[in-house]
Amino acid sequence: MEALGLLMHGFAVLLTWKTLLLMMTGLVLGIFVGVLPGLGGPNGVAILLPLTFTMDPTSAIVMLSCIYWGALFGGAITSILFNIPGEAWSVATTFDGYPMAQQGRAAEALTAAFTSSFIGSLVAVMLITFLAPMISSFALRFGPPEFFAVYLLTFCSFVGLGREAKHKTVISMSLGLLLAGIGMDTVSGQLRMTFDSAELLRGVNFLVAVIGLFGISEILLTMEERLALRGHAAGISMRVVLSVWKDLPKYWVTLFRSSFIGCWLGITPGGAIAASFMGYNLAKRFSKDRDSFGKGRIEGVFAPETAAHASGTAALLPMLALGIPGSGTAAILLGGLMVWGLNPGPLLFVEHKDFVWGLIASMYLGNVVGLVLVLTTVPIFASVLRVPFAAVAPMIVVSCAIGAYAIQNAIFDIWLMLGFGVVGYVFKKIGIPLAPFTLALVLGNRAEDAFRLSMIGAGGDLKVFWSNGLVGSITTLAIVLLFWPVIDKAFSSVTRMVRPAKA
Amino acid sequence: MSNTDIEIVVEDPTAPEADSPQMASVRVVDVVVCLLLLALALTLGYDNWRTGAGWESTGPQPGYFPFYLSIILGGASLYGLVAAFLSRREASESFVTQAQLRRVMAVFVPTVLFCLATQFLGLYVASFLLISCFMRLVGKIAWWKSLLTAFVFTAAMFVTFDIAFDVIMPKGPLEAALGR
Repeated sequence: MEALGLLMHGFAVLLTWKTLLLMMTGLVLGIFVGVLPGLGGPNGVAILLPLTFTMDPTSAIVMLSCIYWGALFGGAITSILFNIPGEAWSVATTFDGYPMAQQGRAAEALTAAFTSSFIGSLVAVMLITFLAPMISSFALRFGPPEFFAVYLLTFCSFVGLGREAKHKTVISMSLGLLLAGIGMDTVSGQLRMTFDSAELLRGVNFLVAVIGLFGISEILLTMEERLALRGHAAGISMRVVLSVWKDLPKYWVTLFRSSFIGCWLGITPGGAIAASFMGYNLAKRFSKDRDSFGKGRIEGVFAPETAAHASGTAALLPMLALGIPGSGTAAILLGGLMVWGLNPGPLLFVEHKDFVWGLIASMYLGNVVGLVLVLTTVPIFASVLRVPFAAVAPMIVVSCAIGAYAIQNAIFDIWLMLGFGVVGYVFKKIGIPLAPFTLALVLGNRAEDAFRLSMIGAGGDLKVFWSNGLVGSITTLAIVLLFWPVIDKAFSSVTRMVRPAKA
Repeated sequence: MSNTDIEIVVEDPTAPEADSPQMASVRVVDVVVCLLLLALALTLGYDNWRTGAGWESTGPQPGYFPFYLSIILGGASLYGLVAAFLSRREASESFVTQAQLRRVMAVFVPTVLFCLATQFLGLYVASFLLISCFMRLVGKIAWWKSLLTAFVFTAAMFVTFDIAFDVIMPKGPLEAALGR
């Protein structure tokens, strides 16, 4: 039980007034970000990242991850009270959460949402506590070929398993990889795609792109919608909380099932959105009383919220253990790690023990503190929505600009952010997914380095990717996933040919 | 539904009308984007070919990956171009209506002006101007409220970044006059 000892050490690192204060600040900011229209988890973390540049890495990651938990909690508030999902993954929460609010059971629905979020993340954090050290100690034996194979697997699974049109995923990913390559080539030191511009010499910074793609474009998209809203009053009394908690054991199957789905989809690049819908649909399918779903059933709040949070948290597992983000927000946290001079990946567990276990401990603490905080302060946050968007929008623009500038102290980055804002707006409207783009931008250089290092090691022989069982099976799996839609089609047509022959 | 406990009501007087005429279909925009991406792929592909896109004894040259990525990007955009031309669904779908475009421009144009102003006046002055003018002119909020909000927000940002966290932002003549 080495993990437990290290975890206790992590708690010891955290339990200072300064860290607890940062945690509260992070949570409050995060809930704000989650409640406000036009901002979400990834944007909030990206915009607030510069605040943490002057902190030590542990305080910084504690604050950032708390912003993330806060945003996850905040999304539930607007979906239940206003029928407006603050985040895509809280869409499924509106199905039963809003009807409950209409019936005057808003407090119950909110308590259910917050409690199940808490349970979901708790399960995922426990998974991280015990699995991450194991995976990373296994991954310590990885050389460049193995790492390249893992990166390849990530890219291929996006193309093969994504729901968007394939050519649009390919466009998004290759564009991201190309932009990642701008600037100095790290292996040979030669300049690439800079067109003799001093500004492009630095390359396209990942965080600048993210702030534009998500922050600015989200404001443009929000402006297109009708922004009028009507919402229900919210106040949670201790009595309601206790009565919901008393009933909790009755729903243990739903909670357990959703946590499992969430963890699974969080580790693989499926994401919280898919997890919340799947959690909801499965709860509905296994229920004895299927028709009561969608009319204000408390299970309909438990199921998607548990799954969404379990997956949002589990997405940090591959990031910590392998250096591969499982979600957009995890990708931004990864970008942060690099800014603080930490190299994400298995070595992190050896070289920066304090940091890793501090982060894991902060996940436990942050969720407990967050639960208490949201339960007590919901009415305040709900009234944040009364602030007119005309006041919120320019403030978000300013925060985005501050964030973009602070990363490299370059005015050019503010213009770059604006450009990415337009790109993000257009891409979202014509259905080019942004997730592969972000992933490619953050992993592009690492993947190329891994490939070229393994080529130098093997004297330019591609067979190195099948040189042993481990790397061979990962590479093969990657290629299978890339062509999965074709293989799947072939399989089903074969079975269709076989079946009539039998009948 | 019982309306008795509805507590928070926010109106949106300038909301885009639903029957506003369409400015462009998704198909048109899709075609334009594909053409732009194709042009980008050609430019980057040429540049990388010039850098060296061959295979040496120790593996790929610097331009090798970007060169083939440009080819993939170009190929996917060509495919997208054809797919967009053939798609009936995209032709009927609206990309943006006139009313929506007006609202989007109401944010976008001030944002561009803000970026310009940041370059010459510094970030803090520019953000004060952006927030106050945007609230007054776009949001139709009273002048005193707009100015006060803008001042409080900008001051809070200055205190947080410049004083508390030591993150330096672009500054202009005003800050120089005040000796910061």
